Amino acid sequence: MTEGEHTEPLRLLAPDGSLAEASSALPLPPQLLEPDLLRALFRDMTMARRVDTEATALQRTGELGLWSSCLGQEAAQVGSAHAMDERDFAFPTYRESAAAWVRGVDPVALLGLYRGTTHGGWVPDEHRFALFTIVLGAQVLHAVGYAMGQQRLDSGGAAIAYFGDGASSEGDVHEAMVFATVTNAPVVFFCQNNGWAISEPVHRQTTVPFTQRAAGYGMPTMRIDGNDVLASLAATKWALEHARGGSGPVFIEAVTYRMGAHTTSDDPTRYRPPGELEYWATQDPIDRLRLLLINREVAADEFFVEVQAQADALGERIRAAVRGAEDPEAGLMFDHVYASDHAQVERDRQRWSAPFAEGGVMA
Amino acid sequence: MSATSMTMVGGLNAGLRAALDHDPRVLLMGEDIATLGGVFRVTDGLAKDFGDQRVFDTPLAESGILGTAIGLAMAGFRPVVEIQFDGFVFPAFDQIVTQLAKHHYRSAGHTPLPIVVRIPYGGGIGAVEHHSESPEAYFVHTPGLRVWTPADANQAYLGIQAAIACPDPVIFLEPKRRYWDKAEVTLGTLSADDAQRMWSSRSLRTGSDVTVVAYGPMVRTCMEAANALAELGVQATVIDLRSLSPLDLDPIFGSVRQTGRCVVVHEAVETVGLGAEISARVVEECFYSLEAPVQRIAGPHVPYPPSRFERHYLPSIDRVVAGVMQVMAE
Repeated sequence: MTEGEHTEPLRLLAPDGSLAEASSALPLPPQLLEPDLLRALFRDMTMARRVDTEATALQRTGELGLWSSCLGQEAAQVGSAHAMDERDFAFPTYRESAAAWVRGVDPVALLGLYRGTTHGGWVPDEHRFALFTIVLGAQVLHAVGYAMGQQRLDSGGAAIAYFGDGASSEGDVHEAMVFATVTNAPVVFFCQNNGWAISEPVHRQTTVPFTQRAAGYGMPTMRIDGNDVLASLAATKWALEHARGGSGPVFIEAVTYRMGAHTTSDDPTRYRPPGELEYWATQDPIDRLRLLLINREVAADEFFVEVQAQADALGERIRAAVRGAEDPEAGLMFDHVYASDHAQVERDRQRWSAPFAEGGVMA
Repeated sequence: MSATSMTMVGGLNAGLRAALDHDPRVLLMGEDIATLGGVFRVTDGLAKDFGDQRVFDTPLAESGILGTAIGLAMAGFRPVVEIQFDGFVFPAFDQIVTQLAKHHYRSAGHTPLPIVVRIPYGGGIGAVEHHSESPEAYFVHTPGLRVWTPADANQAYLGIQAAIACPDPVIFLEPKRRYWDKAEVTLGTLSADDAQRMWSSRSLRTGSDVTVVAYGPMVRTCMEAANALAELGVQATVIDLRSLSPLDLDPIFGSVRQTGRCVVVHEAVETVGLGAEISARVVEECFYSLEAPVQRIAGPHVPYPPSRFERHYLPSIDRVVAGVMQVMAE
């Protein structure tokens, strides 16, 4: 079996802005069509895209060491993050900048990771959004453990684990599905299949849809159009409710596309087949929501102008803040290695703070 | 406070029980630890007394055990993880080194991960491959981890409680061939000051001729060697490091400045082992007090051999005595 022979991903909002017929596999709750929510989803996707283009530009001018763009994946991330409530906690990879935006993480703080001023940048508990994890799949186990903790606390909260098609081959992701199913943990596995793991196409990772693997571990699955923000929101909402209600984990595969390079260090022209990018450009998540907003007359020109102005202001704020960011003081390198004093760290802190002339290592 | 004769397994069991009693956030997790009580019975009876939400069996996947323990710690728990044998920790190595060790640093101090990873380690029990190794140097080399190892039942009882109370991740190495050695254990609550003191080295014996540094399973070997040396007229100071990270070296420097001779003993491979670090530091700090090169007595550069070789591989009383006599001859 090849990918193409499987059923199409579940979709609520088509690229032409039309709504799908109600389907029992993925119902569309009426509250998802509330004008305020639709406008918020559009605004968040637009702002996230602006963060993304601004970060790419800042890398190109040497202000950031690296950027991993989520261009094209805004619907998968914004929809799923909107499904969370105050009890839930998300565990992202390094590409979840759109989800981070929804969780209220300041893009300037987030870009510290890519400028090289921090390995973190925000307080996870404040946003119920863990730090970006660069080691593939590691955070998926953290999500399951967090969910096991919610069972013991009887909090009613759930965890959502973000990962990609490449990470799905990591042992940690498989172990996470074992732990989640045998403990019936309240966790949602949210796999963004964006087609590529750097240069490796998805058929290097799997011969079957990822949902088929997850079903084998014994959990309900949904395979959705990842460029459809309503499908992402509806599926994740259903999955989180399922998990919170004590019915165990759920696996969602959001079929989307990485419109940019893997990171700013990558050159996709070396491996991307001709026509692919052009096809996916017709599937753009923001364009189709714009059409829905216009069709349903819940937004007019002045709304789009206002959102554009907000995005421009955000871009300017990010640019100014990142360019003006000072390098951290050398001594901060020694902070927080441990939560309590450690003789070797303190010895080195002293050695590094003393000048050469006094037996130290600093010029 | 009451003193009771216990094996190290008993001391660990009592220490874990005290920690579970003391703090409802403490959880025990691992392979075969609940109904069976662990392959060494360290957790015997704890699942029955504290329930299957606090003491529970996990799937057989070490990375999964560590990764979910990290998530549980992020949710506010204090997981104590059992890795069944030293040689089985490596599937969890990634979670330990890239996640557990770094998270406090990465989160700028906002998210401590107070996790204890218990690992039976070392040889001497005639086991099959992967059941006799001493992996401590990997963990000591990793900033963000603390590493601790007991030498006897009382140390085990106190040390496991100190490790669980610690806000940092602790790799807790249990010298499995000393599991059945008995010692007097003083039961009672460990105060915060007591817990802090467990992170220092301790002098077990004071002698003016040579400073012998050991930890874990080699402490007993070195004490027995010191007794033999005394009969030969050589008086040895024996220091038990206890904490391998941080290393509490000042008492060693102080002793070496008086004895002028230092011997470091461990089971692990000599090359880039703990002995290399301690030797280098002793030379840096005590160079002008030294009467002889620092001697290391440790494992040869071979994989842990089949068990019929282990009497040749492991540092014995005779090897320690011979090593000390060599530095005495300088």
